[in-house]
Amino acid sequence: MFHIYCPYCEEHREEEEFHAKGQAHIARPADPEACSDEQWGDYLFFRDNPRGIHHELWVHAVGCRKFFNITRNTVSYEILETYKMGERPRFTAEHPEGKPAETVAAEKVADEADMVERQEGVKA
Amino acid sequence: MSQSSNQPNRLGEGGRIDRARTLSFTFNGKRYQGHAGDILASALLANGVDIVNRSFKYSRPRGIVAAGAEEPNALVQLGSTEAAQVPNVRATQQALFEGLTAQSTNGWPNVQRDVMSLVGKLGGRFMPPGFYYKTFMAPASMWMTYEKYIRKGAGLGRSPMERDPDSYDHLNQHCDLLVIGAGPAGLAAALTAARGGARVILCDEQEEMGGSLLDSRELLDHQPAARWAEQVVAELAGRDNVTLLARTTANGYHDHHFVTLHERRTEHLGETAPTVNGYRPARSRMHRVRAGQVVLATGAHERPLVYAGNDVPGNLVAGAVSTYIRRFGVVPGEKLVLSVSNDHAYRAALDWDEAGREVVAIVDARLAPDGDLVEQARARGIRIIEGAAVLEAKGSTRVSGARVATIDAEAFTVTGQAETLACDTIASSGGYSPVIHLASHTGARPTWNDEILGFVPSLVKGVHAAGSARGMHDLAKGLADGVAKACEALSALGLSADAITLPQVDAIREGSGCALYQVPHEKPTLRAPKQFVDLQNDVTSAAIELATREGFESIEHVKRYTAMGFGTDQGKLGNINGMAIAARCLGKSIPEVGTTVFRPNYTPVTFGAIVGRHCRELFDPERYTALHQWHVENGAEFEEVGQWKRPWYFPKTVNGKQESLDEAVARECLAVREKVGILDASTLGKIDIQGPDAREFLGRIYTNKWAKLAPGRARYGLMCKDDGMLMDDGTTSCLAENHFLMTTTTGGAAGVMEWLELWHQTEWPELDVTFTSVTDHWATMTVTGPEARKLLAEITDIDLDRDAFTFMDWREGKVADVPARVFRISFTGELAYEINVQANYAMHVWKTLFAHGEKYGLTPYGTETMHVLRAEKGFIIAGQDTDGSVTPEDLGMQWAVGYDKPNSWVGKRALSRSDTRRADRKQLVGLRPKDPKVVLEEGAQIVFDPDHAIPMPMVGHVTSSYYSPTLGSGFALAVVKGGQSRMGETVYLPMADGKTHAAEIVGTIFVDPKGERQNV
Amino acid sequence: MSDHTATWYNLYDARPHSEVPAESPLAWSYHHSGRPSVSQKSRVVLRERAMAGHLILRGGAIVLDEAVRGVLGFGLPGRPNTLTLDERGERSIQWLSPDEWLLIVPGGEEFALEKRLREALGDAHYAIVNASGGQTLIELTGDKARELLMKSTPYDVHPEAFPVGKGVTTVFAKANLILRRPTEERWELVLRRSFADYLYRWILDAGAEYAIGVEE
Repeated sequence: MFHIYCPYCEEHREEEEFHAKGQAHIARPADPEACSDEQWGDYLFFRDNPRGIHHELWVHAVGCRKFFNITRNTVSYEILETYKMGERPRFTAEHPEGKPAETVAAEKVADEADMVERQEGVKA
Repeated sequence: MSQSSNQPNRLGEGGRIDRARTLSFTFNGKRYQGHAGDILASALLANGVDIVNRSFKYSRPRGIVAAGAEEPNALVQLGSTEAAQVPNVRATQQALFEGLTAQSTNGWPNVQRDVMSLVGKLGGRFMPPGFYYKTFMAPASMWMTYEKYIRKGAGLGRSPMERDPDSYDHLNQHCDLLVIGAGPAGLAAALTAARGGARVILCDEQEEMGGSLLDSRELLDHQPAARWAEQVVAELAGRDNVTLLARTTANGYHDHHFVTLHERRTEHLGETAPTVNGYRPARSRMHRVRAGQVVLATGAHERPLVYAGNDVPGNLVAGAVSTYIRRFGVVPGEKLVLSVSNDHAYRAALDWDEAGREVVAIVDARLAPDGDLVEQARARGIRIIEGAAVLEAKGSTRVSGARVATIDAEAFTVTGQAETLACDTIASSGGYSPVIHLASHTGARPTWNDEILGFVPSLVKGVHAAGSARGMHDLAKGLADGVAKACEALSALGLSADAITLPQVDAIREGSGCALYQVPHEKPTLRAPKQFVDLQNDVTSAAIELATREGFESIEHVKRYTAMGFGTDQGKLGNINGMAIAARCLGKSIPEVGTTVFRPNYTPVTFGAIVGRHCRELFDPERYTALHQWHVENGAEFEEVGQWKRPWYFPKTVNGKQESLDEAVARECLAVREKVGILDASTLGKIDIQGPDAREFLGRIYTNKWAKLAPGRARYGLMCKDDGMLMDDGTTSCLAENHFLMTTTTGGAAGVMEWLELWHQTEWPELDVTFTSVTDHWATMTVTGPEARKLLAEITDIDLDRDAFTFMDWREGKVADVPARVFRISFTGELAYEINVQANYAMHVWKTLFAHGEKYGLTPYGTETMHVLRAEKGFIIAGQDTDGSVTPEDLGMQWAVGYDKPNSWVGKRALSRSDTRRADRKQLVGLRPKDPKVVLEEGAQIVFDPDHAIPMPMVGHVTSSYYSPTLGSGFALAVVKGGQSRMGETVYLPMADGKTHAAEIVGTIFVDPKGERQNV
Repeated sequence: MSDHTATWYNLYDARPHSEVPAESPLAWSYHHSGRPSVSQKSRVVLRERAMAGHLILRGGAIVLDEAVRGVLGFGLPGRPNTLTLDERGERSIQWLSPDEWLLIVPGGEEFALEKRLREALGDAHYAIVNASGGQTLIELTGDKARELLMKSTPYDVHPEAFPVGKGVTTVFAKANLILRRPTEERWELVLRRSFADYLYRWILDAGAEYAIGVEE
């Protein structure tokens, strides 16, 4: 029974309120038709199963119904952080103690620019 | 001290019992008396009951060994009536109450004269470790048969055959600090945190809080330690921020400090909970605690020594002797021999002596012990035999003597000539094992500590062990440790507490103990009389030695091979001795042999407490529609669809006889095809979709096109996962340019809602669209059949003209004066109107339809008829005709796939994978049995060649099959390899009863292939 | 109301304007399980506030807050899991998610309110959904109400963790509901229609030892 901090409700809730939705950051290829069968198969079926730090997609199913990500240690089950969709993890296999602050800041700027571009793309 | 008249081992004074209140109880059919404050074990010992059980494997007589949760032998069956039976209760954890009725768990016909003991005596030689595996496992199919007899012979208690009159429940608790164990460290920790203002829960498994303080010899602030415990408990009880839970065992430590506590609320009052105001409160309660931090003050279990005959009644662990004397005023014998490896256990001899009974000798494995307790024993003239141990207990149903000799523990040899001391009780102590079970549940591996000769817990973040639980057995240090751990825990939470002033401890100086587990015998272990390691599972030192000789080197393998530690006591007394023996045999150290870990639960938990009130009528939610009462009152039989209760069929009583399912369904089907029927379709999932990008979203999530669906129109849609497999289907209506109402299958509603949100939130957050479930807001009534228009026309202001309101249109208007949305959607193939009204008004509309419907033959129908009618039309049910491996193309539904849509909608790319393009994919077809009377079994496997040798290649299976009253024959839908190009071919269905049915592959539409009936 | 609002969204008054018998989601429960009467011994009392108007608001907080303030005279709750009420406590708005709020008003007001909100919101990105038939609201009062909740929900209902003005969607028995605390003495539970009977039976069972009573 995990105790999970929902980044949208801004408090811890019991695991019963959540559904686990598998590995996080599996982006759908932008142009599926351009993918080979193998590439498409990778996207559909292949997932990591690391020992240690893992990023998972969860949804606060009973609650705000928002999807978000969890960085979890699969050995100790410790949850190192939870973060909203569109954000990047601070704790990764490369940075088990957390990324330096300047890296986090730079990533944030890049992500915001990306989001603006996507929205303009829809309107175009 | 004098004796109580009818309880031979009860002292005239002392102990924490109420001698003024006498309670009678029955054990194995015989009546006894005890006192309020007794546990069953102390009352049995007071009455001189030596044998409480027969052992599991060898059927040897067994007596009480310990005084707490670690007790391996004294398992009893409680209950004076069938309904009140409770198996495997530890007599050491059961408070005595008036009228308590208990029996031995093992032993038939009785513990004194047990038929199985013959087998045990003979069988000892023939029952080596792995005996059950070696003897009974082949052939594997026979194990169930063997097991039945082995169990009957061995006995493990039995469950009641009648309904339990008691209730059970759960309580969800939250706290800053959970303190487990109310001994010195736990009380100090709880008091510190409580005074600091934190939310504290303190639980303890015993009848009374205080732990070792209740039978301690030490003084705190110059008064008995128990007095201090009472004062602390009283202060804690008076605080709002503290929840005190006595008789509450912390049984499981789960993720992120979620701990399950099992509170025995009325077990000390009677065998069923006494009624209060006509209500029986919960007998047991599971507290589901989410703690910020946890202090484990679980204390330590004393390890007995392993010597020959150590299972004969009259062998106890030393600390239990002190507990029985000091807490219960019971001396469990006349003449004591004490065999120890440490100072602390000397208390047993001092207490025994003070009770006025004879201490024959203290046999100490150490040379020249010199602590305070040793000196006290010497001063009283008690004989102390140094460098020696009890090699063997004599006696069969009660200890009659102890063979004692000097030993060399390190060389594992007997060095002196054995002397036999006459006695009736042998108490032993090989040291103290911290109770690491709960820490172990968190996944942290315990580590061996040579200084305390025991495993100490490793701790994950947020867990703190205090006092004896981490090997700190000294009282003053333990108290201070409790305070320190509470302060640490609170500071980790950002709270603070001041250290409390601790009572002054009149210290007792103790010398250090020596390592002794198995006592050597003159004969080698394999030939010596049995030395028991695990009393509950009858595992001996010889069995462990044999296991190591047979090549089992890891302690986990030794445990599984010998079954050591697999009893209901999880080997609390024996595991470490077993590991030490394995280490000796393998020539390794204990930590090299491995650590031992534990799983929840710490002690057995009654199923009732696990289930709580989630049972019987409240086992699972039952979801009802707004029309449920009408269905019940009109005799519906119900079917479970997910958690919904849907009317399955409405049997009528004809000539005093109720229709069968088949009869009712035939009548309902014909009513729809010939007149008019009505279905409660409220359970269908309904999702309100709004936003400028709603249409774009639908086009991406559905396989078919949505760009041109006009307001006022509805369309059927297929939804696939990105692997191209169908996940759900339903109609979606355009309510306005930016506003749609999606319907889903009943069972798929929640999943589809989450699916839409998943794609919107993770892949297409730039789309401006929202989804809101309105499943419960609308009630849906399907009126269908040739007379549907005439009936509806009587109570609506909507223009029902066939050209004004065409198939797949929806209109707004009033039905029975209630605002309604009416959809011309058909799942039966007949003219149909789906009437949606706000659910609070549904009953009125439904009843009005019936008031007008009688003249048209309006017939309510249920899910079974719905299934037959839709299958006759070849309409699939997602989840019945599909199973996550079926594409729209496999279903022959290319007409609902927008191959030329501009976007790569969910599932599109997968339809061109090589696997989905295979010609031999299983495809949906119709089956017509050659014999029209046959209704094929759903799930039946299909073969092309019925004469093929077994195993036959299976080429598909039946997904839906019914008898059609319209066709007058059975018919089915099925998936068959390459089925769509096999029309007219014959397939075969070999059944379990040896019959083989033949069927012809046909199209999926059996009735009205052109779809004319729904378009009238 | 601008013309295109009507073309863009389907506005729909689901409430009849003539006298039509209506049944709350608990109608079957009262009929089938009864209503234990309230007595001196009752330490928990249940009362249904049936037939209220329930609207779901979706959209950005700033835009919705302005519209709601203009129409209702009080604004959206600013923090997650909180609740605002009008002065008489008859109308409330509860945070459900960063872009979703539940508005509960006296029965009959909901359609007019929806229209006024849509007028006020104009071309903004938002959605309003009427959910009045899909849920009902019950109140629990009494000194054992909190303990009854502890038997039922894993959410922490201690006053420190659940102060007045809080509201959450959470697990209750094996179903879900909205739990809120508008005043010191009163808990409110918003039940989904189809689960209402299960939850009612659960509450009666859990409340039996407190002699729970149900007000008529």
